Amino acid sequence: MKALRPFWPLPALLVALLLPWLPGLPAFWVTLANYTGISSIVAIGLVVLTGISGMTSFGQATILGLGAYTTAVLSKYCDISPWLGLPAGLIVTAAGASLLGAVTVRLSGHYLALGTIAWSVGLYYTFANLDLLGRNDGISGIPPLTILDLKLLDGRASFSVIWIGVILAALATNNLLDSRAGRAIRALKGGAVAAASFGVDTPRTRLLAFVYAAVLAGFAGWLYAHMQRSVNPTPFGFYQSIQYLLMTVIGGAAHVPGALLGAVLVTTVNDRLQDILPRLFGAHGNYESIVFGMLLIAVLQWAPNGIWPLIARIRPRARIIRADALRLPARAMPAPGTTLLDVARLRRSFGGLVAVNDVDFKLAAGEIVGLIGPNGAGKSTTFNLITGIDTPTAGQVSFNGQDITGWPARRIAAAGIARTFQHVKLVPTMSVIENTAIGAHLRGHASALAGLLRLDRTEDARLYAEAARQLARVGLADMADRPATSLALGQQRIVEIARALCLDPVMLLLDEPAAGLRHNEKVELAALLRRLQGEGVTILLVEHDMEFVMGLVERLVVMDFGTKLAEGSAEQVRNDPRVIEAYLGSVE
Amino acid sequence: MSVLDVSSVTVGYGGITAITDITIAVDAGQIVTVIGPNGAGKSTLLNAIMGMLPSRGTIRFNGQNLAAEPIAARVGDGMSLVPEKRELFATMSVQDNLRLGFYRNRAQGKRAAQAALDDIYDLFPRLSERRRQDAGTLSGGERQMLAMGRALMARPCLLMLDEPSLGLAPLIVRDIFRTITALRQTGVAILLIEQNARAALQVADHAYVLETGRITLQGDSATLAADSRIVEMYLGRASPPMGG
Amino acid sequence: MDSTILAILLQDGVVNGAIYALLALSLVLVFAVTRVIYVAQGEFVAYGALTYAALDGGHLPGSVALLGVLGLAGCAAGLWQARGRLDRPAVLRLLGETIVLPAVIAVAAIILAPMKPGVLVEVLLTLAIVTPMSPLLYRIAFQPLADAPVLVLLIAAVALHLTLTGLGLVFFGPEGFRAPAFSDITITAGPLMIPGQALWIGGLTFALMTALFAFFERSLTGKALRATAVNRLGARLVGIPTERAGLIAFALAGFIGALSGVLIVPLTTVYYDSGFMIGLRGFTAAIIGGLGSYPGAVLAALLVGVAESFSSFWASAFKEVIVFTAIIPVLLWRSLRHGPAEEEE
Repeated sequence: MKALRPFWPLPALLVALLLPWLPGLPAFWVTLANYTGISSIVAIGLVVLTGISGMTSFGQATILGLGAYTTAVLSKYCDISPWLGLPAGLIVTAAGASLLGAVTVRLSGHYLALGTIAWSVGLYYTFANLDLLGRNDGISGIPPLTILDLKLLDGRASFSVIWIGVILAALATNNLLDSRAGRAIRALKGGAVAAASFGVDTPRTRLLAFVYAAVLAGFAGWLYAHMQRSVNPTPFGFYQSIQYLLMTVIGGAAHVPGALLGAVLVTTVNDRLQDILPRLFGAHGNYESIVFGMLLIAVLQWAPNGIWPLIARIRPRARIIRADALRLPARAMPAPGTTLLDVARLRRSFGGLVAVNDVDFKLAAGEIVGLIGPNGAGKSTTFNLITGIDTPTAGQVSFNGQDITGWPARRIAAAGIARTFQHVKLVPTMSVIENTAIGAHLRGHASALAGLLRLDRTEDARLYAEAARQLARVGLADMADRPATSLALGQQRIVEIARALCLDPVMLLLDEPAAGLRHNEKVELAALLRRLQGEGVTILLVEHDMEFVMGLVERLVVMDFGTKLAEGSAEQVRNDPRVIEAYLGSVE
Repeated sequence: MSVLDVSSVTVGYGGITAITDITIAVDAGQIVTVIGPNGAGKSTLLNAIMGMLPSRGTIRFNGQNLAAEPIAARVGDGMSLVPEKRELFATMSVQDNLRLGFYRNRAQGKRAAQAALDDIYDLFPRLSERRRQDAGTLSGGERQMLAMGRALMARPCLLMLDEPSLGLAPLIVRDIFRTITALRQTGVAILLIEQNARAALQVADHAYVLETGRITLQGDSATLAADSRIVEMYLGRASPPMGG
Repeated sequence: MDSTILAILLQDGVVNGAIYALLALSLVLVFAVTRVIYVAQGEFVAYGALTYAALDGGHLPGSVALLGVLGLAGCAAGLWQARGRLDRPAVLRLLGETIVLPAVIAVAAIILAPMKPGVLVEVLLTLAIVTPMSPLLYRIAFQPLADAPVLVLLIAAVALHLTLTGLGLVFFGPEGFRAPAFSDITITAGPLMIPGQALWIGGLTFALMTALFAFFERSLTGKALRATAVNRLGARLVGIPTERAGLIAFALAGFIGALSGVLIVPLTTVYYDSGFMIGLRGFTAAIIGGLGSYPGAVLAALLVGVAESFSSFWASAFKEVIVFTAIIPVLLWRSLRHGPAEEEE
């Protein structure tokens, strides 16, 4: 199989090196291609930020300016080699982005976007007013890049450098998205709660996406400064920032090739418009902004996913699972029968409403227990309190001898509690096995940088081997490479179980696992849960299908109005008049 | 004549069929209930009737086919829904919530609005006491009263109630059901969706049992109240087939 | 710095702050009703200012033609969006709002403009020309995106800003304009000389806020708008047509923008692209106020105005930097108070 996947960067590299020297190629085209290349790099960063993690920035041009000014000042005034301007520029952009990101990533997505507007306008005026940066005139006479003693002054030489840069940016981004950190970024789209439940530090992951996009913009800025050999504030304004966003959205915000496509389209159209529109309207001015604005709105309305998905068939790539990958270390299961979960006087009130009212129950290791009750009884809130999605008002949750009350979700996940969700939370753009692998997030350690540089392959193969093993365990091995949302809803619930198993959990919390399953699928699910129990996993499940739950569990906890109403075997509960009354209502 | 005629209605979303081939009718002045366990598709049915979900099949209201009529027009025709989550205007006063219930009839003038408001305060004196309070500060029972009051302000000929007893203490549930019975005198037809099967069967004339998206039983409420299959439906059969 | 300068700076800040407060209020309103962060509202300030300046000079403003263009586009968009469920009353209503109304306004403008009908009529005419553009834009740009996430709506709003700036250049030209003050009186109060325009701004802002308050507290339409903002589903269930609520919110925002432009053009030269920076200050205020609180927005707007006037005194080159980066500590404070990132659904 591997031979069929050509390694695209090699031919791309040849093109980058040879194309500009093609005889008869107009110099003008080379210049246009150079701008396209620089824009592509910024747009690729925005793919990660906007398309993949659902945030956006209206300040990428300004960040590009930050990188450009940094290297301009260093190389012009401090006589530092332009090559050293690169790491300096990247450090400055990363630091600036971290600052802005840190204050906004915990707020809803639009605050980051709004922050970038205000911030980039502020920074723009800083560029335009600082004497050091030459105010509105900017800095000119920036030294070009040199290789050995060769100065890269020619546009064709710049072409090679810039497009090698594009290739590197695309490679790095593909690598990142295919790594543990990248899966965490992609998981943000399935909901921050689900990601946090598998140990993803969601604010940090958002910050990572923002800083990564900024670093690529800074890189583009470095290329720009040494290609253009002069910088001034104009190309770093709000208008240019929107153009970068336009490229990403038009091309296909969630796809790296889409960013390239968008950059090519927008740069070319822009160039043509600047020719045509002044002829139509007479004077000079930013007439192309009319067209771009309308184009952007039209794309949002008619093709919200951009052009790339319309022309390319997007399929999750088939995974090759390395059978020789070392099994991940498994945690020791507690001795059967010992108290594993102890919920004591757990309480959660919202204003005057008490959703969970002093609830007590215990689970012994190796048990399967059902949590049932009528609609609105407080079962889901109880789940959220145990898993750290929500914080109790009072009471205590102990797990495996530790007091976990008030711990954040990802720490509770690390302690060995994995869950599924009543409303399935899979990432639609990822395949079944990629979704499953998110569950193993905490069992890997590779950093984003390691992922970017492909130093994480051994570990990643182990994570994928684990995901494949868990899929096989739940009977979905042959679905591994299908897009997650192409499965029936019932099967998606089973994928969630596989994902939860990837955490190597001590305890599984299942929220309505049987909903949407057909009869024989329910029988299989019951068998699976029993098998898991046999392997030492403790299971607590909320379920409305009484036949299913009563046939499966050893013990039931019944809740009503936030309080524990009854506890006991299926038979005891079924015949308990209070339970019957809770379900069927009372007769006056 | 039937106020509401739902025939062969099917609703599917997100790749699953939530309700299949549902046929029910509500006659003028009648209380009809649809009972069934959680997840059976009861709310889906009401949302389809109200036009909040697209559906296949026909829904006739006072003889008129509703097809693609938007919600606002259905309210104008005399259909009111009290949703499961009440959907009150939390930061507005009780009185404002009620006045907004009159929105579709606003052309009738201030006097008609005041008359409607007085009627609601007669029906729920509690709301009158709290008229200046924000809706968000009300207790669960009061919220349900306000939601019902707001729906009744539109002077509907069909009132649809989605789980009015949900999350309410037994004493308050009793009050709510008394009100439902009292409303029968005003001539409004009521379609009641309930999990609390016993209370619902006690006030209703006719009942449908909805299980996993299909009507499995229907008939006279008194007859169904005595049917042992109802208990099984909620709490499962004595010997589950899930063995192994 | 002596107390006279202090007083002058404060006065300047409050006058500007009043304008920002109006803009911030309408941003909060539009966001609450439609979830659109109306970045393009600033363009209405420029349009209002330039339209008033043209009328004041006895010329037919370019915005009249723009209104016609937008009317036609709005009509086309409305017909397309409602295809398949169009009945006579709906079509007539659409034609009335998108074709007849702009046509009437245009005719009035063509007749009145050369007559130099005086400040009051010119102001009213300006408002009549500019205000309807905002709901037309809502129809064209945002109605089809009604269910889209906030972020997509924000990108669309930014795109709209881009288009409107370009259109401003086409219809108003690149020159800047300034109009004479409404009146020449100056009131002397101690060390302060309060120019008439400042009083106009203060007075009209106060009157408008009172009117808005009365509208939202007293009228059923105002309450319906609030209800839509508080609970969209609840509003639909009582039969409030929520799309119309969006149109009304946008109309209010357009009106406030145009009025702000009229008020500000005697104070400063306005260009086709000046609106964005003015709007952005209203915007900063709205964010500092939390995007959900009306009093918070007004207070923050006054602070932004005062901060701006003081920073232009001390470090005029960096006043934008100071005003806009003030947002960062506020966001930080919100972020720390907020706790873990919320689920966006």
